[in-house]
Amino acid sequence: MLLTLTTTHNPATDLGYLLHKNPAKLHSFELSFGKAHVFYPEATAERCTAALLLDVDPVGLVRGKRGQHEGGTLDQYVNDRPYVLSSFLSVAMGRAFGTAMSGRSKGRQELADHAIPLTATLTIVACRAGEGLIRELFEPLGYSVSTEHHPLDEKFPEWGEGPYYSVTLTGTFRLQDMLNHLYVLIPVLDAEKHYWIGNDEVEKLLRKGEGWLASHPHKEAIVKRYLPRQRQLAREALARLAEEDNPDPDATEEAHSEEETKMEEPIRLWQRRMGAVVAVLRSVEAKRVLDLGCGEGKLLRALLDEKSLTEIVGMDVSYRSLEIASQRLRLDRMPTKQRERLKLMHGSLMYRDKRLAGYDAATVVEVIEHLDAPWLAAFERVLFEAARPKTIIVTTPNSEYNVKFETLPAGKFRHKDHRFEWTREQFQQWSRQIAERFGYAVRFLPVGEEDPEVGAPTQMGVFSS
Amino acid sequence: MTITIPELSLVVLIGPSGCGKSSFAGEHFKSTEVLSSDFCRGLVSDDENSQEATNDAFDVLHYVARKRLAAGRQTVVDATNVQPEARKPLVALAREFHVLPVAIVLNLPEKVCHERNQSRPDRQFGPHVIRNQSQQLRRSLRGLEREGFRHVFVLSSPEEVSSVTIVRQPLWNNLKHEHGPFDIIGDVHGCYEELTALLVQLGYKINEGPTAPSVTPPAGRRAIFVGDLVDRGPRIPEVLRLVMKMVEDGTAFCVPGNHDMKLMRKLKGRDVQLTHGLADSVEQLDRETPEFKQTVIKFLDDLVSHYVFDEGKLVVAHAGMREEMQGRGSGKVRDFALYGETTGETDEFGLPVRYNWAAEYRGKAMVVYGHTPVAEPEWLNRTINIDTGCVFGGKLTALRYPERELMSVSALRTYYESARPFLSQEETAPALTAQQQLDDLLDIEDVIGKRIINTRLHRNITIREENAITALEVMSRFAVNPKWLICLPPTMSPCETSKRDGLLEHPEEALAYYLHEGVHKVVCQQKHMGSRAVVVVCRDADAARKRFGIMEGEAGVCYTRTGRRFFNDAPLELEFLEKVRKAVEMAGIWEELKTDWVCLDCELMPWSAKAQELLRQQYAPTGASARAALPVAIAALRAAAENPEIAALAEQYQQRKEAAGLYVEAYRRYCWTVHSLADLKLAPFHLLASEGAVHTAKDHLWHMETIGRICQADTGLLLATPFQVVDLTDRADQEKGIKWWEELTATGGEGMVVKPLEFVAKGRKGMVQPAVKVRGREYLRIIYGPEYTLPENLLRLKSRGLGAKRSLALREFALGLEALERFVHQEPLRRVHECVFGVLALESEPVDPRL
Repeated sequence: MLLTLTTTHNPATDLGYLLHKNPAKLHSFELSFGKAHVFYPEATAERCTAALLLDVDPVGLVRGKRGQHEGGTLDQYVNDRPYVLSSFLSVAMGRAFGTAMSGRSKGRQELADHAIPLTATLTIVACRAGEGLIRELFEPLGYSVSTEHHPLDEKFPEWGEGPYYSVTLTGTFRLQDMLNHLYVLIPVLDAEKHYWIGNDEVEKLLRKGEGWLASHPHKEAIVKRYLPRQRQLAREALARLAEEDNPDPDATEEAHSEEETKMEEPIRLWQRRMGAVVAVLRSVEAKRVLDLGCGEGKLLRALLDEKSLTEIVGMDVSYRSLEIASQRLRLDRMPTKQRERLKLMHGSLMYRDKRLAGYDAATVVEVIEHLDAPWLAAFERVLFEAARPKTIIVTTPNSEYNVKFETLPAGKFRHKDHRFEWTREQFQQWSRQIAERFGYAVRFLPVGEEDPEVGAPTQMGVFSS
Repeated sequence: MTITIPELSLVVLIGPSGCGKSSFAGEHFKSTEVLSSDFCRGLVSDDENSQEATNDAFDVLHYVARKRLAAGRQTVVDATNVQPEARKPLVALAREFHVLPVAIVLNLPEKVCHERNQSRPDRQFGPHVIRNQSQQLRRSLRGLEREGFRHVFVLSSPEEVSSVTIVRQPLWNNLKHEHGPFDIIGDVHGCYEELTALLVQLGYKINEGPTAPSVTPPAGRRAIFVGDLVDRGPRIPEVLRLVMKMVEDGTAFCVPGNHDMKLMRKLKGRDVQLTHGLADSVEQLDRETPEFKQTVIKFLDDLVSHYVFDEGKLVVAHAGMREEMQGRGSGKVRDFALYGETTGETDEFGLPVRYNWAAEYRGKAMVVYGHTPVAEPEWLNRTINIDTGCVFGGKLTALRYPERELMSVSALRTYYESARPFLSQEETAPALTAQQQLDDLLDIEDVIGKRIINTRLHRNITIREENAITALEVMSRFAVNPKWLICLPPTMSPCETSKRDGLLEHPEEALAYYLHEGVHKVVCQQKHMGSRAVVVVCRDADAARKRFGIMEGEAGVCYTRTGRRFFNDAPLELEFLEKVRKAVEMAGIWEELKTDWVCLDCELMPWSAKAQELLRQQYAPTGASARAALPVAIAALRAAAENPEIAALAEQYQQRKEAAGLYVEAYRRYCWTVHSLADLKLAPFHLLASEGAVHTAKDHLWHMETIGRICQADTGLLLATPFQVVDLTDRADQEKGIKWWEELTATGGEGMVVKPLEFVAKGRKGMVQPAVKVRGREYLRIIYGPEYTLPENLLRLKSRGLGAKRSLALREFALGLEALERFVHQEPLRRVHECVFGVLALESEPVDPRL
């Protein structure tokens, strides 16, 4: 909400020349998201402070321009945006201090070209990554950084610490440089809740980062956090059905999957799992295959490389995952012959679905552990009784192996959405009972490096009718 | 010449080009009934005479014909159809859809045809074309019946063609105009004593007559026999005499059973094996006069395979009837009616294994049938088998329609040993009913795609495909067992925006809304700020199994507005449900409502119990950042306040700071830490349903009073909702209601909900909003932001449209109650699920979430 810039370079009031703003006046600007004001809380020869006060109008942002009810930049009236410094500040800086940022000064050009002692206070920033990031961003540039943390709600410490900091940055810089640092790095701090106004963000970044960004030790993180994240329509619809305790299920799912992947990465579990699945499909000479719970299409890509497969169907309950799969596999640009082999389908394993009937094989890779008991029971009938492919490959984590993951606390599941994780005994018991009930034979295959004590990280059951 | 055709048939016009088929069709049939090959040629090629387009044109023609026949529409094919290979697919089509193929042949002299073609500029083909076609036609004439045409009419001159009138005859099985009420009686098999006892029990009076007893039904009622009157039992002729008399008198209808038909063939002198009890019929009838036998033959011969009654709502057939065969006539339909469908296998007793067509039945009509003895009649997808094996020592059962009540009389003794034991032994009785077993698996076709759901309250409700996509995901990933999910609560609209300064909502508008809709009294209920919860509690796990088909040993559930389990902590949920169950029990609700379960619509507090994530990610951060930032900004502004403009800005920021403080106070009011069950409060406000009833006929006072008693039984957990009744025609009463709201909200309360006293109230244009919320000024900071009360904000916020929200609220209300109605009426789970799924899908429609 408030950025102040202070200099003690005598005469300090020259700051007014550098910023092209008369210290005696209130300068106000209309912006698309509200207003910005520049004024000087103190202006003496020893010390002069300019303040950029940002008036973000959440009502206008939610409602959009001219009273439109849709298409606003924000989606919530209840929002921290009016109170924190974010990308909106960068836009305001561009308007208020544009000339200063380009390093020009009418009347004090020499001063503009010189490093002077400067202090900036940032009231306040939202930095979910914590105080460490603030230091990592600014210290390499030569600032001395001090921060003050603000509690989320002192009445409810169990809600956590909260991301809010007041930040003071001190150093000797050309004013132009400090402004450009702030212009880029404030949105970077704030990255998690980021609403962009313009489309030419990459260019802007390069321009404002000229001379310092390329040598910044965290330049990759800066670029990654600076650029806007895409928000998709499907996701917005889903958000309307979100619950208070899980406001963004897709994002949560992404985060959890990432955790799991990260944990399993060192043992290259995904690759091994796919390898094993492909090997089984080859062994049974499957031609038409279902990948149930295909997610973002990792396995589908491997299956496409199997020339012996004539028809590959990927099904998932998450429409967004299918969209991503479609993008990643470049479905729209795939050659016709190749494209004809692959079909993506929105569906649920909890409902009988005649579209699933008549296939040679189905792969159900790391899916069943996401199902609650009643839904697992439905899944069993949907797949083994109604769809009845000749071969069914089911993989699931072997919970005994979890002790091998150093980062996983004892008793926790690998993925927060897992409803259960089974030991080898439990999985084999379930599989045998299913095989018996629906007339399949089952054999088991460990996937990944097998440990003499706890077995392999993934267990696979191959059912054949 | 009069041509009589069945009202549903496939009419194939046959004749060479130029013979006048199209004019004939145009004269005698609706334009939409006629499928012309020339027209189809035009559709696919822009040229009605293009011979190149022939194959595509007929693809289109056959496709449309299929759609029409599937929908039961009379269809006329206008093409030359002079070659057998052109007619063959049409006959096959008629067979597939169980309609009769009818051939009308326009066999006019070649010359006439040729002349007519000559007069049309677009048909300049040589005379050889007509000659060929005429020859092909004449070669075909004699074989038409062999090809499968059940009626063939040949018109040989223009005069004959112009003299035709076509009469459409209803099918024999069409008794849609008979609305009942009916008493449908199962397989009698000569059990005369049981039959008369059952009739008496049903209120029929039986007077012995000279030749046959005459039966007087209770006023307006009639009997329907599902067939198999004969064989096996002791008094077959008497049963026949009684039923034949009733049918003759118009007091009963009868459809034939397989035994009846076999007896008829025997009586007609055919060579039939005397097995399965036929010997008994033959022996008993041999004692009767030849005239009686002739009457029996005539009676049996005239029986129609099945009947469709009551505008298509009821179908009676001996062995059942698939939806696509109902009201159709073909050999296959008759076979199905008599024998049902078998899998082609035989069981351990050497009897054919029946294919369970009822498990796949999706039709709207109720199908009542017999044929295979069962221990107890059981509903399955709107079908019921009422053959309870009287002749095998079971009982004779009747189903009262439309009441759906069963009545039965036990067999006096076992007259015949069943080859296959049908009375289930106690120990082998399945834990779930056939319907529940079937319901274990829902079908994706019942939920995805664009759907139109018919509701009792609010006509048809359309579910858009994209919304169903979202709902499928949420349902599959997060919802509780669908068997528990018998309704989802509707969204609620706020009142119209207040015209008063400084307020967004005020009770005036809510009261005025209902008054102008013609509502006399409303109930104002205190609005609780927690999370919406639906609680279903059963007397015990056994009741949950019996009524809900829950096999996991649970005796209740508590779920959110999107069908997710409320508690992630299983022991806590168990403890919670147990307390609710005890309270319901102590209040005597089980006995009072004659039920083993209740469904309550509630608010569960504190808000923070469920909304912690939201508080952490949105509400608390907004407050924290405001409180951290605003004082610094104010201090900076005050430092420069000698400038009057800046001083004014400082003043503005001071107001914002105060608003932020009020905002934090507002959300904190609804937050407290939950350590155990003792920290939770449940406020039920609707007792939605219990066995046999959705309590929409009871007004809100009943709900408040009944729930009040439940709440008294456990004041620790349960919270009775304070309420006021307001007579809208009384100004003072209105003031009282307004004052109450002012008091509630002055202390920071969320506000109130205004509902018409009746649960479902009709207004000027149909149903009115079931409830309208009026939220307090302070509470609304949580919705519209801390500073919403600043004049420049309020001014803009006041323009808000309620139309979409109100429409959504009504549709969701209707769907939610429809789900309950269907559940209470023991409909298949997929029918309940369809509605619940619909509510979820509607919830994903884009509507301003702050309303």
